[in-house]
Amino acid sequence: MRGGARGAAPAGERPAATMLHRLLAPAAPLAAATLLAVAVWPGSARAQLAVRGAMVHTVSGAPIPDGVVLVGADGRIQAVGPAASVTIPPGWRVMEAAVVTPGLVDARTVVGVSGILGGTIGQEQLESSSALQPQLRAIDAYNPREPLVEWVRDRGTTTLHTGHGPGALISGQTMVVKSHGRTVAEALVHEPTTYAATLGADAVRTAGGWPGTRARGVAMLRAFLVRAQEAAARDGAGPGTDLALEEGKRILRGEVPLMITAHRAPDILAALRLREEFGFRLILDGVAEASEVLDEIRAAGVPVIVHPPMARHQGALENASFETPLRLAQAGILFAIPSGYEPYFPKTRVLLMEAAMAAGYGLPFDRTLRAVTLDAARILGVDDRVGSLEPGKDGDLVLFNGDPFEYVTHVCGVIVQGVPVSERCR
Amino acid sequence: MGGFALVPALLLSGAGTIETAAQERPMAFTGARILPISAPPIEDGTLVVQGGRIVAVGPRGEVTVPAGAEIREVAGMWIMPGLVDTHSHLGRGDGGDRSHPIQPDADILHSVDVRDPGFRKALAGGLTTLNVMPGSGHLISGRTVYLKLRGGNTVHDLLFCDDPIREICGGLKIANGTNSIGAAPFPGTRGRSAAMLREELVKARDYRERMASADPARRPARDLRMETLVEVLEGRRIVHAHTHRHDDILTMLRLQEEFGYPVVLHHLADGHLVADEIGAAGVLGASIVAPDAPGGKEEALNASFEAGAALERAGVRVAFHTDDGITDSRLFRRLGGMYVRWGMSREGALEALTLAGARMMGLEDRIGSLEAGKDADFILLDGDPLSVYTHVQETWVEGRKVFDRSYPEDRLFAVGGVGAARGAEYWGDLFHGVVTLDQWRRR
Repeated sequence: MRGGARGAAPAGERPAATMLHRLLAPAAPLAAATLLAVAVWPGSARAQLAVRGAMVHTVSGAPIPDGVVLVGADGRIQAVGPAASVTIPPGWRVMEAAVVTPGLVDARTVVGVSGILGGTIGQEQLESSSALQPQLRAIDAYNPREPLVEWVRDRGTTTLHTGHGPGALISGQTMVVKSHGRTVAEALVHEPTTYAATLGADAVRTAGGWPGTRARGVAMLRAFLVRAQEAAARDGAGPGTDLALEEGKRILRGEVPLMITAHRAPDILAALRLREEFGFRLILDGVAEASEVLDEIRAAGVPVIVHPPMARHQGALENASFETPLRLAQAGILFAIPSGYEPYFPKTRVLLMEAAMAAGYGLPFDRTLRAVTLDAARILGVDDRVGSLEPGKDGDLVLFNGDPFEYVTHVCGVIVQGVPVSERCR
Repeated sequence: MGGFALVPALLLSGAGTIETAAQERPMAFTGARILPISAPPIEDGTLVVQGGRIVAVGPRGEVTVPAGAEIREVAGMWIMPGLVDTHSHLGRGDGGDRSHPIQPDADILHSVDVRDPGFRKALAGGLTTLNVMPGSGHLISGRTVYLKLRGGNTVHDLLFCDDPIREICGGLKIANGTNSIGAAPFPGTRGRSAAMLREELVKARDYRERMASADPARRPARDLRMETLVEVLEGRRIVHAHTHRHDDILTMLRLQEEFGYPVVLHHLADGHLVADEIGAAGVLGASIVAPDAPGGKEEALNASFEAGAALERAGVRVAFHTDDGITDSRLFRRLGGMYVRWGMSREGALEALTLAGARMMGLEDRIGSLEAGKDADFILLDGDPLSVYTHVQETWVEGRKVFDRSYPEDRLFAVGGVGAARGAEYWGDLFHGVVTLDQWRRR
């Protein structure tokens, strides 16, 4: 497993962030559990499984007509290929479908942290006491038994990048989990994956300690990173006692990217300036007005998690477009489509449906599928485990009875690490 | 700016006169797959429109195209009626204030802003008729208004009625469940909510009887709240009832049974749980929308697309709605696909986007299907309306093209992007006394 989300630091400052670094780092308490999660999964009936599809989209390679995917008892893919060349061992369970894809990877959600009820009940994605709280861990806020986790899983999402939401300068950490597992440790793939940051009007409040303008917001974020620089110089290699500043040091060391939600073009440019000044790894999120600054984003080489196409085109997203994914693709920018964040109705968006809308508005099929599988995994730094159908990767698959993106097609099977977690057509 | 000179004339002419400006030369669209909704699909069909109305629709060989008609060959396209949204909040309007939970005298008509860019987006989505409603934060939040998106400078230009002062131009919005519960004078419980609604309707029944008295001395002073409710009791104004939880739905059915008014049930998160009860009741229909994921509040935990098929099976007339800005008007057609995914019939879903909604507004004589004599409201699509890959290419209202995806300005509203949120200059420019969009482009 690689050590974290891709993000992009300015040229010449790209840090070497590996799992080894993370294991040696003091603030990696769940790293061991992360590794164990693959091997130990109580209560999961994991059979040797063969999935045969009239069309198998591996994403990493060309689609395979009449293809077969073998998933071993360890939950990993053993073989992928045409039925004519991949022999299904006797005694293995066989599932069939018209179309088979990798399990979908949701590049940005708050599901499991934000609960189904809304209002003030079970809403853990945004803490209002302070505008800058990078020390809030996603692992401490995640409810793996949240009904919405099952809801999105049954609709094809097998991997979630979830955690703290937009709405504060830094609202907290995010992590990557599987949509199956009784505890956060069982579900966990990687943490912390990013720090969730927001620039623009959505991070502005009239409360004390919060920025009252967008410029104040940028100034506060800069001041925080400067304090972290000073703390790093003061503390040397040893840890300090201010947890927020400790996380600030990790941002500056490039261990964990800042994922900055910015929708307006000026806010996107502010994020790029911050990255240039401090050299952290940046993932842009939202970018409703990306079409206005495509050259700047491309020049920075920063990966993008675009707004869900069906996110309401209101407020900071009033200039959003159903074609933003298409524009990013045409500009050659690495991007993923997420389900994003919704406070009310729907309580969460469904990744498959957002991808479908991008496809409906012109994004080619293969690029659309990549934006919710392999490219999402690449941006999050978990493409060694998920995002494509390749031997050695997790046996996460989705079975469809037709074009995955068409309204009237059904998801008829979802498999997480070899476990069929849903077999009803939805 | 040749269109400029026309502005005063049209402004003065008031509601209902837009039709007189509609095309006098007949137009025939031939070669399309036509979905009349009120009749089976027609392959290679012909639609003839003139003077803002449909003149004929049928198979190419059976329809006589009038002499002198402008003929457009549209092979490969699909034509269906303009879509009807039974529940929209476009127009940035409002109904009652927070002074009282029952305000039937408040009319959203007075606050609709026709320059809301949402109207242009709705046209891009193929919507041609909307029921624009006040919210659900009251037991009765006010009167709704039925709008035809024919374009105009004022809300009067969009009305179905001729005289908004003396005619009934919409319905009445009522609600129960959690949204209308609050601190006094609002009800604190569901029992109190139902009692307050009943009390008001009982008063209205009494007011109506006394008003009809032969003895002028017995007649009460005019009460604007009562006057609207009398229209409801007399079946002249349709009630649009926001209701979600299964028990709240049954409360609405009891109220309807007791007072006998025409009612459309809206939203119905639990609709599939009490579909048979709704089917057995005398309601005009169910107007529904579902989210991709349920929740947001307790009474919406069961919200799902399964309600469509369940209500259809129970014999309930089903329409869809956007609740825009809850869902985007441009995604209205998507609901048809999603409800079919969850078991509704294709025919039922197409009707739920059109004719069923028209019936729920009492407008089925004018809109909702492609039939001779009805308003020439229709859309041209580049494929199956229930496919994600299909887009509305043109929207026509009363014989005028009001949206064309091939025009960059219109495409902006269809797709989004910088400028799509600035409505005033576009809506205003587009319809300031200009007879057709084509002419505006050519000026």
